Amino acid sequence: MDYVLLIEQLLNGFQLGIILFLMAAGLTLVFGIMDLVNLAHGSLFMIGAFVGGTLTLATGSLMLGAVLMVPAMFAIGVLVETIALRTLYRRSHLDQVLATFGLILFFNEATRLIWGPEGLAVPLPDFLEGTVALGAGITYPLYRVVIIVIGILVALGLYLLVARTRFGMLVRAGASNRVMAGALGVNIPVLFSLVFGIGAVLAGLAGLIITPITQAAIGMGEDVLILAFVVIVIGGIGSVRGAFVAALLTGIIDTMGRSFLDVILLLFLSPNAAESAGPALSSMLIYILMAGILFFRPQGLFPPRSATAAP
Amino acid sequence: MTDGPRALHLEARGLHKRFGGLQAAADLSMRAQHGEIHAVIGPNGAGKTTLVHMLSGFLQPDSGSIVFGGDDITGLPAPGRVQRGLARSFQITSVFREFTVLENVVLPVQARQGHSFRFWRSAMRDPALTEPARVLLEKVGLGDRAATPAGHLAHGEQRQLEIAIALATHPSFLLLDEPMAGMGPEENRDLIDFLGGLKETHGMLLIEHDLDAVFALADRITVLVYGRAIASGRPDAIRQNSQVRAAYLGEAHV
Amino acid sequence: MRSQLTPAHAVSALLISLCAAVPYLASALDEPFYVIVFARIMVWAIAAISLNLIMGFGGMISFGHAVYLGIGGYAVGILAFHDITSAWIQLPVAMGLCAVVALVFGVICLRTRGIYFIMITLALAQMVFFLSVSAERYGSDDGLNILWRSEFGSGIIDLEDGAVMYYTIFAALLGCLLLQWRIVVSRFGMVLRASQSNDTRVQAVGIPTYRYRLAAFVIAGVMCGLAGFLQANLERFVSPDMMNWHRSGELILMTVLGGTATLFGPLVGAVVFLLLSEILSTITIHWHLVFGPFLILVVLFARGGVMGLLGSRAARD
Repeated sequence: MDYVLLIEQLLNGFQLGIILFLMAAGLTLVFGIMDLVNLAHGSLFMIGAFVGGTLTLATGSLMLGAVLMVPAMFAIGVLVETIALRTLYRRSHLDQVLATFGLILFFNEATRLIWGPEGLAVPLPDFLEGTVALGAGITYPLYRVVIIVIGILVALGLYLLVARTRFGMLVRAGASNRVMAGALGVNIPVLFSLVFGIGAVLAGLAGLIITPITQAAIGMGEDVLILAFVVIVIGGIGSVRGAFVAALLTGIIDTMGRSFLDVILLLFLSPNAAESAGPALSSMLIYILMAGILFFRPQGLFPPRSATAAP
Repeated sequence: MTDGPRALHLEARGLHKRFGGLQAAADLSMRAQHGEIHAVIGPNGAGKTTLVHMLSGFLQPDSGSIVFGGDDITGLPAPGRVQRGLARSFQITSVFREFTVLENVVLPVQARQGHSFRFWRSAMRDPALTEPARVLLEKVGLGDRAATPAGHLAHGEQRQLEIAIALATHPSFLLLDEPMAGMGPEENRDLIDFLGGLKETHGMLLIEHDLDAVFALADRITVLVYGRAIASGRPDAIRQNSQVRAAYLGEAHV
Repeated sequence: MRSQLTPAHAVSALLISLCAAVPYLASALDEPFYVIVFARIMVWAIAAISLNLIMGFGGMISFGHAVYLGIGGYAVGILAFHDITSAWIQLPVAMGLCAVVALVFGVICLRTRGIYFIMITLALAQMVFFLSVSAERYGSDDGLNILWRSEFGSGIIDLEDGAVMYYTIFAALLGCLLLQWRIVVSRFGMVLRASQSNDTRVQAVGIPTYRYRLAAFVIAGVMCGLAGFLQANLERFVSPDMMNWHRSGELILMTVLGGTATLFGPLVGAVVFLLLSEILSTITIHWHLVFGPFLILVVLFARGGVMGLLGSRAARD
């Protein structure tokens, strides 16, 4: 295998990891702080793609579409939280699973009704077409570079928000100890709405970002959602840092597995066996990774502090 | 009880346990004799419940060992300790609320009759389970409440049931974590009598905030402060111990 | 002692009788379509019963339970693809495979609780889903047609006969209901239900709960594998969609709609869910638009499901 391909795939994996991180960051905070199983987070990914895509087509600019999408997704997030989810915090996980499953059905169907069953294609602007030379004979699509850069910037911004601001301190306090956050005199409902709104923006951004590559489709958030679950479980519920590390790990391992596992298997197996086992095994790779990590660390790589403290 | 509890002592040897910055047990050693009530007292956060968790196997000490009846049981999981005759009750009432009172006691009776991989016969129609359970309920005074869902019991009754569940495992030694929490004076007196009556056949480690009850019941008292046993001895000696008075009892109680 | 009759009992008895009579009613009304509808309902009911065993009575919210439908189904499909059509091979393979997978998954999942458990069961099921998608030899996304239904070889149970197929499913349903009932009231069931209520307390009376929960997880997997075996035979078709995570969600849904931790809840839920989707989908193709919010309302306001509304006390009714 040549190293150009290797590096290209590494970057692809990194890019998948970035998308997963945008999904997982909001999800892990909602899980950690609100103890809420929110299956509908994948719907926010999809809605971001459709709403952002529509805004892009209306304004004729992907940049403008993305910028306008931020307040729109924030509003949608806050709305969903207030109307549908707020009553669920005190409910059992089973109730939460069911109600948010109901939300998915609703959002999928509402999207079909509004945008039709075909989905929505968003063209890539000309100035983002083409490739960049990364040196040493490696060229890489410009737009994918942009995705990676945006992802890193968002991750950095989120890190500063969570680590350096009063809001972030409250979020961290809430993730490790809800009672304490309440005792600090925080307006919990507002905090929850804010966190949920931010999660919705991040998920929507992830959805919009990949739309020029894949186009917006109904149910597009669901596979990403399940991958984001894997990320959160590996990273440790409630930990943004854990989500970042686990997202990159998952993205890279998944992508590398799909590209190179059959080649690696050739070292051990006959060409025929390797060709049939390769795709099967590579699609299972991250789940095996997850199972392995969980077996040794049932709380994930970066468990929130309260999980290890006194009962 | 046919298989008469054996005389077993419970010993903690040099237990250490830390939670982050909190030292819940520091070189904690104590020995509880069979046929005695050994009370552990101390201010809030002294590590009393942590001690019960470690002795009963729900927490592993960072170091030190626990010896029961001469055997080191430090690494033994909680269920195994119960099977050896070391049972516990909980500070926060933890009866099975959806179960009837009788079912609550049938479960521990079932537990001492070997494994529960029995998939067909109805447990509640098995006299081998319900008879001993009913006998025990009579003994703790809940006989006429057998069919009531445990969640519907009054608080005092739930505390009684809590102890009945522990007794139903046929322990030789009981770890009682604040058995009187939240009970009225009359119920308190009944429970004191009841526990006093168990002394003949059981060793007991009692954690209790109600110092009147402690001094009425205990044969030996250990005082915990910040995870350290600062004194241990007969109730009279503890009453006189100046260190204990300073650290915990305060002048008002003496 | 607790044998007073409630409307829940009446509805349960009525449903069983209805299931028994459907082939006759359908031919009398000249609506043969209902035979397949009720056959499907009963297969789903078996799967929901198996889920109820761990979720309703054991508190283990498996969000990947449809994976055993898929595994049971593919055992039939793949063996038939290789011209092995004997039920005496297919059925043990289907159930055995489910047992092994459930054991492995259970060992991993049961170390965790709460949200972790839900997400991990989902992820592990998704792994098998993608495995089936990537199996080009067995049709990938398109699935596998099954030319011959499983052969019991006796002449008595000939699944190619529609009525025999129907009553085989009916008998399996009755068997699973019976088994569920016995398990729930047995000593094993006592431990399972108690560990849902307060697992720490069960350990504190000397019962190591992990092995019982694991055993229940495996039993549920095997029972759902039986449903998969039946579904593959009924539809003469298997595809990855059988274990799509939406199917797992729907299984949870049926169980809750009917009433978790009740013996007949899963059956009632399967009837309500499948008939409702059948009816709603004839009214509008956008029926999910109504159905989604309906679910949320059920969660918020009708907590015990249908059986709860009918006055069933949980567990033994």
